[in-house]
Amino acid sequence: MSGRFAFPIGDELRRTRAVAWKDISAERRSKTNFNAVVFLASLMLVMFGFALGPDAEALRSAAAGVLWLTILFSGVLAFNRSYQLELEGDSLETLLLYPGDRWPILLGKLAANLAFVLMVEVIVVPMAAVLYNVAIWHVLPPLLAVLALGTIGFVTLGTFYAAMASRVRAREVLLPLLLFPMLVPLLVASVGATTALLAGNAMGDAGSWIRVLVVFDAIFFVASMLAFEYVIEV
Amino acid sequence: MEYALRTHSFPSTVDAVAAHGVARRFAGKWALRGVTVSVKQGEVLAIKGSNGSGKSTLLRIIATALRLTRGECQVFGHDVTADAREVRPLIGLLGHSPALYQDLTVAENLRFSAQMACIPDDPSTIESAITAVGLPRVASERARNLSSGMQRRVAIARLMMRAPRLLLLDEPHNSLDDEGAELVDQLVRSTRAAGGATVIVTHDVARVVGLADRVATMDDGVLFAADSSAPLQVMRAPPRAQLHLAREGSR
Amino acid sequence: MTTSLERPPSPPLAARAIAIPREPRWIGILGAVGAIAFVGAQALGVLTSPPDRDMGDLQKIMYVHVPAAWNAFIAFFIVACASIKVLLTNDERADLLAAAAAEVGAVLTALTLILGSIWGRPTWGVWWTWDARLTSTAVLLVIFVGYLTLREFAEEPERRMRWSAAVGVIGALNVPIVYMSVRWWRTLHQVQSSPATVDPHYVIGLRANAIAFLLLLVFFIGRRYHLSRVEVAIAAAAEGRALYDGEGESYADA
Repeated sequence: MSGRFAFPIGDELRRTRAVAWKDISAERRSKTNFNAVVFLASLMLVMFGFALGPDAEALRSAAAGVLWLTILFSGVLAFNRSYQLELEGDSLETLLLYPGDRWPILLGKLAANLAFVLMVEVIVVPMAAVLYNVAIWHVLPPLLAVLALGTIGFVTLGTFYAAMASRVRAREVLLPLLLFPMLVPLLVASVGATTALLAGNAMGDAGSWIRVLVVFDAIFFVASMLAFEYVIEV
Repeated sequence: MEYALRTHSFPSTVDAVAAHGVARRFAGKWALRGVTVSVKQGEVLAIKGSNGSGKSTLLRIIATALRLTRGECQVFGHDVTADAREVRPLIGLLGHSPALYQDLTVAENLRFSAQMACIPDDPSTIESAITAVGLPRVASERARNLSSGMQRRVAIARLMMRAPRLLLLDEPHNSLDDEGAELVDQLVRSTRAAGGATVIVTHDVARVVGLADRVATMDDGVLFAADSSAPLQVMRAPPRAQLHLAREGSR
Repeated sequence: MTTSLERPPSPPLAARAIAIPREPRWIGILGAVGAIAFVGAQALGVLTSPPDRDMGDLQKIMYVHVPAAWNAFIAFFIVACASIKVLLTNDERADLLAAAAAEVGAVLTALTLILGSIWGRPTWGVWWTWDARLTSTAVLLVIFVGYLTLREFAEEPERRMRWSAAVGVIGALNVPIVYMSVRWWRTLHQVQSSPATVDPHYVIGLRANAIAFLLLLVFFIGRRYHLSRVEVAIAAAAEGRALYDGEGESYADA
């Protein structure tokens, strides 16, 4: 365990970038996954709308919750896929035999998954604003911060747990089972902050929830990076 | 940490591989039953055996891709369990499948590998590697579009770029034509010339006879020397196993 | 192609016994004492506390619900510590202890939730209140179940050990965070608070039951742990046999 973060860290960052770039390129070349996820997310927004509406006020007050649930349930599809990439070509063994630490693999995949989910959000958030009649333009900067922080925590834990779930038989069920209980604080804080922002942030609640998100992200980022070495294996 | 593999050198007294009593179980079945063998620097060991005899498993344990259940194994003096991090820069494994990312091009696959191994990844180095394995025109082809023989050549190019001190080849001549097979031989010869060692696993001995210094046989997890039918080292069974309750107080 | 490979001398044959661990006697004794303590503590609680102002006799359900909750969290704490030990030292026995504690903890957590629900229905008219403690307990249950499911699916023992230890530690990190965020979430919406457990009338009953439950907790975890060790010893014996049989040596009694 000693020397885990041994210098030169430049090597490890270069590896991180290599893994991230490889995952992003492979995903871009087989567009099917991104399109499917965006379609599913859009469908969820519409279905939630049917379930909760058509009263505009009801929809507006539910918008933040619906948005985050949509992001979580559609984004989770990305994580197992990121390891599937290795398993398809039998590349996982080769990947694990390169010299150096293992955490660049996690960090690289995390970066690629983050880009993926953020791209999904670029489409889904405006769509939710339209379908649920919420004005987001006037709170865009803090809203983007909440989206970014919530997504980072989500993607960190998702990428971490998928390292295990993707290797077992019932991966579609095991990943949500492991991941979603961990996301309860993140969901509560993200929805809380989003709701507060959309409602005009009267009590400054958004700021408090954002602080919770920052702490949550920091704790689980460090924990995942440390634990990754123990769970990634051929 | 310096990862440029060419600069590693070891006193000649250190064995490239020193395995002792290596055993590995998979959910109840033992794939290796106490293998003891050593490979010196500059040596080429060929292991022949039928499918399921455990030869790939042994190779993977030496490569640190699999953990052993019992026994111990050292590569250039570093233990594969405790010191895996030191072992990995030294080995190059060529597995059954070429292990390429199917949606990336040949050049991208090689560049990724170079970046992960922290060796030069500039376009000219990549190009010369691709040319060296006789595939100059497929640099921008996606791996998916290549035949299995060509993909294997790319995997060989990947190994050539890293020039490991210990080559671990799992049925390297599979699906290769004569030209491709010659590349494998070249790789083995140049590794030996540089003082490195090679372990080739195969079920076709005729192909490796010219290359190998020694040939051993693996059967059902046990390693035998070429000219003897007695096993090298094998777990000796006790006459009878007895179950009994441990004495009181012991946990 | 020249020399033959060296053949080292064969190690001496010896009768080898496979030791099946014997359960320490104190575990069984603890179970008996715990059972008696449980009956006694329940009687104490029922007999010494007057009916609550608001809840009436329903309050007595607390004497099972609250100690169950406390001990579920203790079990979880054991899982967390044992998991840390596994990550640091690869100790197989710590892994078995964590698994035993997780099973017992899961049962206690489910019990807590069911009783909490039964208590809530007559009191507030709802089967579920989203209060901080109950909700954190529900999340804890799902974390336990996820942990046990992962162990089911990870077949190889070494992988299972490492994976569950990582999941156990990271899950443990989350429990206080879940509790705090849910509590905050609740105060923002100004909803009713949880049942009081600090009324001095109830303290004796609660303490007695907490101790009784603790004894039972240790008993159940100890016994489950011991069972796992027996399972492992028998599996090792069977495997050891499989290791030798491959030679063709018959293992029938000579």
